[in-house]
Amino acid sequence: MNADARPGLRPIDSAVGSARAMASVFARDVRVAFRQRQDLLNPLLFFVMVVTLFPLGVSPEVAFLKQSGAGILWVAALLSVLLSLDHLFRHDFDDGTLEQLVLQPQPLFLLVLAKTVAHWVLTGLPLVLLAPVLGLMVHLDGNSIAILCLTLLIGTPVLSLIGAIGAALTLGLRSAGVLLSLLIIPLYIPVLIFGTGTVAAAAEGAPVAGYVALMGAFLVLALTLAPFAAAAALRISLSNS
Amino acid sequence: MAFDSLSAFIAMEGHGPYVWTCYAVFVIFLAGLMIGSARRNRAVLEACKRGIEQQGSTTGTRPKAAATFTRVDVSQH
Amino acid sequence: MWQFFHKLGSPKWFYGIANRFMPWFLWGGLILLGAGLVWGLAFAPKDYLQGNSYRIIFIHVPAAFLAQSVYLMMASAALVTLVWRMKLADVFVKAIAPVGLILTFLSLFTGAVWGKPTWGTWWVWDARLTSMLILLFLYGGVIALDKAINDEKSAARAVAVLVLVGVVNIPIIKYSVDWWNTLHQPATFKLTEKPSMPMEMWVPLLLSVLGLYLLFGWLACIRMKTEILTRERRTRWVRELVLAGRK
Repeated sequence: MNADARPGLRPIDSAVGSARAMASVFARDVRVAFRQRQDLLNPLLFFVMVVTLFPLGVSPEVAFLKQSGAGILWVAALLSVLLSLDHLFRHDFDDGTLEQLVLQPQPLFLLVLAKTVAHWVLTGLPLVLLAPVLGLMVHLDGNSIAILCLTLLIGTPVLSLIGAIGAALTLGLRSAGVLLSLLIIPLYIPVLIFGTGTVAAAAEGAPVAGYVALMGAFLVLALTLAPFAAAAALRISLSNS
Repeated sequence: MAFDSLSAFIAMEGHGPYVWTCYAVFVIFLAGLMIGSARRNRAVLEACKRGIEQQGSTTGTRPKAAATFTRVDVSQH
Repeated sequence: MWQFFHKLGSPKWFYGIANRFMPWFLWGGLILLGAGLVWGLAFAPKDYLQGNSYRIIFIHVPAAFLAQSVYLMMASAALVTLVWRMKLADVFVKAIAPVGLILTFLSLFTGAVWGKPTWGTWWVWDARLTSMLILLFLYGGVIALDKAINDEKSAARAVAVLVLVGVVNIPIIKYSVDWWNTLHQPATFKLTEKPSMPMEMWVPLLLSVLGLYLLFGWLACIRMKTEILTRERRTRWVRELVLAGRK
């Protein structure tokens, strides 16, 4: 009998290639997320609400908001990503899919990377798209908004990647949410500093190419190192439960 | 000596409260850490000792079941 | 040579070695630290810029120095835990993380109090203090994660991953905070003017740093002993040790 007669069966030694595995993990995550659309909206609502707190709690004056707006938006975006990290691995952990993922023949770090990219597309990217609207609310000028969106575009993937490490480390633990924040916020600080610093430099008219390149370097560093750390952390957490 | 008198030493030309507060906090925390670690060590040793002695006493007083052989008559009819 | 590493993996061997070294660490440390502090407080000349408040340096610098060294030591031990799965390495990390936390806190506190007569405020967001504050957060995270995981082996490996991720970030954090500081602050005083220190100032500083290192050695030994006792309490060598009334 040749393989054509039984189309459903494949020989065991033709395992799915890594790229296809990553694509299917990515597609699955996006599909599952769209079935629970509320999970997608929550970080965005949170983003808007946190930004709103600052004019309410501090001062709605144009001068203050112009000066602090970029920082406020960056901090709010950071907190929104932090909030959304919980369901990067949690749902799969709860229903056993994560264990299956770890057992796949493809390298785990690539699958983790695919999941993290899906997470960014579902969380970080919408934040970047929403940022111009909020930028107008804090009276930022057009140039600042553009640079701000650029820094968010480069920075939010870094936040997702580093956050994946924290999410993997705290998987299944009691009070995982708070613990995750405690672990990850120190690691977020450089990204925050450069993200807002770039916008501040742009506001003063200084050339920003260097700072953007540096943020790009953060992204490359995170892309290459974070999935390994997250994969290692996943194996540890799964062996623990 | 960098100071003329004991009172000058304590006052440190107005910087006394800062310097002495720092030194006091440093000594208190360091001593506290060292003493605390030593005490915890002793506590764990005591707990181990108590655990072993308890185990030893219970295994000693448990009566050993004597082996008994009862003759069973098996008929070979 | 390999035998040394093999022995290094044995908690029982370490226990014996620790007992031998501890008196030296303790008394050497107390003497050196005491000498350094007394010299620095009473005998070193006052600084022409800062007056007498600079004397805080003799406790601030050792604490800060050690706080950073301890994190690097933890990172080396974390690497050993993940690569060679050596038990002692994660005992080390668990034992010294709280010490590092307290040293970081002390360096922040002394730095802040030093700041008051020098800059007029209790806290200044300068590069060094801010980096120290972030280091405090990193230590806190390590301790929190360790406490949150019940299984000993998993906790050791998870903490090791976190420590290594932190150590990779430390130069990045320092660089960013430095850059951020130059953006937002005018030129600030540097808290340690090491190059221009006369000998009467840096010798007591050196004594204090060495003394604190030795005391740290003692602390590491005794805390590791406690952890080893807890983990190995069911083994024969611990039972014999305890029953013989030895430490």
